[in-house]
Amino acid sequence: MPENPILIIPCSGIGKPFGTISRDATFRVVDELRKGRADTNCLSLLVMGDEEATRQIRESTCIAVDGCPLACARKNIEIAGGEIAAYFRVMDLLRENRSLRPRQVTFLDEDGLKLAEMLADKIASKVDELGGGQP
Amino acid sequence: MKVKPKIGVVSCSGECCSLGTVSRVATRMVLEDLAFGETVTICLPLFLAGDSGERMFAEKFPTVAVDGCHKLCAKKAIEKYSGETAASVDVEKLLDSWGEKPPASRRELNINDQAQSYRVAREIAREIEAVKEALNG
Repeated sequence: MPENPILIIPCSGIGKPFGTISRDATFRVVDELRKGRADTNCLSLLVMGDEEATRQIRESTCIAVDGCPLACARKNIEIAGGEIAAYFRVMDLLRENRSLRPRQVTFLDEDGLKLAEMLADKIASKVDELGGGQP
Repeated sequence: MKVKPKIGVVSCSGECCSLGTVSRVATRMVLEDLAFGETVTICLPLFLAGDSGERMFAEKFPTVAVDGCHKLCAKKAIEKYSGETAASVDVEKLLDSWGEKPPASRRELNINDQAQSYRVAREIAREIEAVKEALNG
C-alpha cells in the first residue's frame, strides 16, 4: 500500500470541454472526495522538465486522466519516467453516456458537470483500490 | 486580400493552485470574447506529447504566454519547444500589483473570481493589441 497520496494528473486540455471535465473531476477527488489521500500537480511542470515534479511522479502511484485521444497526461507521465497505475479517458465515459453532450469549455454546463461528477466517483474508487495515503 | 495573422494564446495548465484556474479561464475569455476570431490556442502539454506540427505553433503564430505563477511554465515551455514568445502575462504578479488575492477554490470561481479573471483577460487582450501593432509596423 502506498504511503504517499495517489498522484492524479489530468490533461487540463483547453480546446474542448473534455479537458475541463478531466480537471474538474481531479479537483473533486483531491480537494473533496479523497482529500489528503490523493494529490495533483501541474502537468506544465512536467512538460518543462521540472526536477521536483519529475521526482514526485517517479516516487508516486499515478493516475492519468485524459480528455482526448492525444493522451497528453499519460504520455507526459511516461516521458517523466512515472508508472501509471490507472488510466481514465473522458471519451470513454462519453461513450457510456451518449445522452450527455457537454458543450461549454470555460465553465462546464450541466452535462459537463454530470460527467465530471461521474468521473470523480470512478477516480475516487480507484484511489481506494490503490490504497492511497494508507500507512 | 491580405490575411491577418492570428495570435496564439497559451495558458499554463496550473493544476496546483487557483492562479492556474484564473490563467486558464482568462485565456478562454480572450478566445471566446475579447479577441474572438483573432486568436488560437494549443494545450501546453502537447508541446511534449505531440508531434513536430505542435512545435511549429509559436513559429506559425506570434504567441502570448499566460502563466498562473512565477514558475512561468507556459513561457518557458513555449520557448523551449516552439519559439520565442511575443508577450507574456504573469497572473500572480498582476494580482499582487492590484492588491488582490487569488480565488479560494481552484475548481469553482465565484462571481468575484470571475470578474477578476475577466480583468486578467483584458490585460491579455491589451498584450494582443500590442503584438498586432508591432506586426503591422
